[in-house]
Amino acid sequence: MVGDWKPVIGLEIHIQLKTRSKNFSPEGYEYGAEPNTLTHPVSLAYPGTLPVVNKKVVEYATLLALALNAEIRKTFHFSRKNYFYPDLPKGYQITQYDTPICENGYLHFKIGKTWKKVRILRVQIEEDTGKSIHDIDPFYTLLDFNRAGVPLLELVTAPDINSPEEAQAFLVAVRQLVRHLGISDGNMEEGSLRCDANISLIPPGEDKPGNRVEVKNLNSFRFLRKALEYEIERQRQIYESGGTVERETRGFDAVKGVTFPMRTKEELHDYRYFPEPDMPPYELSQELLEGLKHKMPPLPFQLWKRYTEELNLSEKEAEFLIEDLDISRFFEEALKSYNSPKSILKWLMGPVRASLNQNSISIEQFPLSPQIIAKLAQIADKEIVHFTVASQKLFRELLKDPSKDPEKLIKELSLDQKADDSSIEDVVRSVLQAFPEKIEQYHKGKTGLLGLFIGESMKKLKGKADPRKVKETVLKLLNKEQ
Amino acid sequence: MSKFKTFPSLWRWLEERGPKAPLSAVNIALKRIEQFRDLNAFIDVWKEEAQQLAQQLVSEKRKKPLHGLIVGVKDNIAVAGKPLTAASKILQGYKSPFSATVVERLQEAGAILIGRNNCDEFAMGSGNEYSYYGPARNPYNPDLVPGGSSGGSAVAVATGQVMVALGSDTGGSVRQPAAYCGVIGYKPTYGLLSRYGLIAFASSLDQIGILANNVEDIAAVMSVAAGKDPMDATSTPSKTPNFVEEIIDSRQRKFKIGVITETVEHKDLHPDMAIAMEKWISILSKKGHEIEYVSLPLLDYLVPMYQIIATAEASANLSRYDGVRYGYRAEADTLEEMYIKTRTEGFGMEVKRRIMMGTFVLSSGFYDAYYMRALKARRLLVNYLNNLFKQYDLLMLPTTPAPAFPIGSFAQRPVEMYLVDVFTVIANLAGTPAISLPLAWSKDGLPLGIQFMSKAFDDAKLLSFSASLFN
Repeated sequence: MVGDWKPVIGLEIHIQLKTRSKNFSPEGYEYGAEPNTLTHPVSLAYPGTLPVVNKKVVEYATLLALALNAEIRKTFHFSRKNYFYPDLPKGYQITQYDTPICENGYLHFKIGKTWKKVRILRVQIEEDTGKSIHDIDPFYTLLDFNRAGVPLLELVTAPDINSPEEAQAFLVAVRQLVRHLGISDGNMEEGSLRCDANISLIPPGEDKPGNRVEVKNLNSFRFLRKALEYEIERQRQIYESGGTVERETRGFDAVKGVTFPMRTKEELHDYRYFPEPDMPPYELSQELLEGLKHKMPPLPFQLWKRYTEELNLSEKEAEFLIEDLDISRFFEEALKSYNSPKSILKWLMGPVRASLNQNSISIEQFPLSPQIIAKLAQIADKEIVHFTVASQKLFRELLKDPSKDPEKLIKELSLDQKADDSSIEDVVRSVLQAFPEKIEQYHKGKTGLLGLFIGESMKKLKGKADPRKVKETVLKLLNKEQ
Repeated sequence: MSKFKTFPSLWRWLEERGPKAPLSAVNIALKRIEQFRDLNAFIDVWKEEAQQLAQQLVSEKRKKPLHGLIVGVKDNIAVAGKPLTAASKILQGYKSPFSATVVERLQEAGAILIGRNNCDEFAMGSGNEYSYYGPARNPYNPDLVPGGSSGGSAVAVATGQVMVALGSDTGGSVRQPAAYCGVIGYKPTYGLLSRYGLIAFASSLDQIGILANNVEDIAAVMSVAAGKDPMDATSTPSKTPNFVEEIIDSRQRKFKIGVITETVEHKDLHPDMAIAMEKWISILSKKGHEIEYVSLPLLDYLVPMYQIIATAEASANLSRYDGVRYGYRAEADTLEEMYIKTRTEGFGMEVKRRIMMGTFVLSSGFYDAYYMRALKARRLLVNYLNNLFKQYDLLMLPTTPAPAFPIGSFAQRPVEMYLVDVFTVIANLAGTPAISLPLAWSKDGLPLGIQFMSKAFDDAKLLSFSASLFN
């Protein structure tokens, strides 16, 4: 809400699929390659060439459709969308006009502390265009056709989004989803995730929105939010000064932070859609569908419910687990070996997270398996070795050589040899004897020094003692000294 | 039959000429190509390459299936490294970097491609009059059209310049010129020959077709070229019959043949054509085939249906010719000017006419009334024919209403030329195979073609029946 004005926002998101070959031609694609080196007569629309469906693209599209709980079309075809532009080699784009692969789905995303549901109207398979570069040569527009024919999925939402923050959070959720499904890099800077927004405002006290404005060329999450913020303000001012907002397409100037008009009436393009005759209707087999349903990883919203409702984890813990879905995958794997969620989490949020940050790696690159972490959690819970020791010494040693068995390692390093009570007393006594002044200070009120005595004692014991016993002994001897 | 000296079938040629067969074939072909230059059947002749290839074949011990078959290639079928222009100004300067799949298969089988055949621009025409390279001419009378759009191909075969020619057939463009020039013209079932490398005119109607003087050569080509191509999603099936064997095995079979009443009673039917049909109905009856008359009430709707669908698809298929990536580009200062000038100057009148028509029938407000309706009507035709083919092995009808017409006849009434296709569009709309056989002559000594159609994928049956008529 901006004052009493309610923004109504819908998004059109393009997801570039990371298949090995392009949508209808056999060559591959890589962002940033030398211009016009990743082309083929088919994607350049040479005379006599024909498009052929890429089965992987259909698979990836179906995965997304399943994740969105959408109604999947078992039989679909493609359409030609006709218009002239130099980066569109055929003079038409192959897309899906009347039979998109799926419709009527939804996706939950987290905004603040709540989950909101956005309806997905449709997802359609289409192809990317080449790139027109206007700012290198003073007289000519340069064309790079590397991107021509790369597979895209266009995802169109219902206008269920009501603020720039929601739009940003939703787009982040989409990015997370496509990366989690493994179908796209979802990278806005590289163009594998693109977003256009449609925005209108509902005036205070009314229930229908004014005219819709389309905002294009938003190449980061931040710009999406900023553009919408500006647009809301711009529209509000127009309405409040008694004017009407025109239905138009606007671009976003990232430098100035403003939207500006692009093509206006010319927008009434007649694309003359008709069914693509070069590719017969595609039949999605039941086996493929079943196979993909099995392959479907659990989704953030489902996981959230599981963690907070079934496993009774805290919101903070659940958030940690679903922020990077690979972590939740790791977590679930570890649970299979040792079904103690809180214990596993202690390890994941503690030493594992620290190690990942320290080495700037992701959980995918983490050298220890979920089974090992489960084992470590078990060891600490059973007090074979204390958690501090396990999470420091044992953990470090395992990282050095992940092939080692933790239990064998414990024996090798004698980590489980607990000093008995009398050796503990001997060590503590010798430590206390070394710090007579500190003992005085302690008795005078500096109780923090307790840590020093315990620490020194543990060092001398080479960690092979129950820290609680050591603390007990230190306190006992200190009090005796008094 | 033909008044010109032509090659016998390949297998007979190889028998007669022995090991040097490919070389003598090339030399004879080149001689005839020169002799009949004025008929304008060839745009380009690949003389040195043909001779070299012939030499190579002569020295090879193992004979490939099409050993030294001399082939003409229509200017809308890609041959790697060679100019490919669709007889249009807009592709001047363009050389294809790849070969059509059918061309590759022929070359692998030892065929010798001898040159590019003249045709109507982008395969749009029924007389080879709309070519950037000037009209091709009918060998029986140079003031008459040879037919189109594969006019050059038909002329080359009729005058023995080649053994076999590849053409393309969207509404009759192989069968009609075959009929006008007195040769055999065959359009396979849609999907049997890969379209990869054929410049698209109308995607759901186009097929590469074969022109020849005998059925054996057609069968030999089909056994090498037919079958699924991963580069063409509309190509099927994966297994094809052994066409050559089929001809030998099935030649004696008797068939149930339906003669389409509306064609023999057509108001435009030339009297000589009517006589020819009667004569052959009688001959076939005597040979033991069962002949009946059948009705095809949709006949009058077929040309309009065809024109709507073909021009619609063509209007999109020709959008890529915009001067941006290859071919002709006009001088201009802005993008829009470049687009307009390139396509205005690059395309001929007939092509522009059809692009306009196709754009119109697809445009919003008219799509349902024209394009959608034409697609529905097409479905009706397909169902109707499927029913007919449940009762009949073959359907019989004239290939064209009349023999070849004079060059320039339709200059003032181009749309009327479309009606010449009335008997041939059926097979393209339905996707069924069809063949024109040079079975008769007009009183003026001009060739007349009679057409036979079978159901989809019954090509072997159609070819074996055709072969049986030439003994």
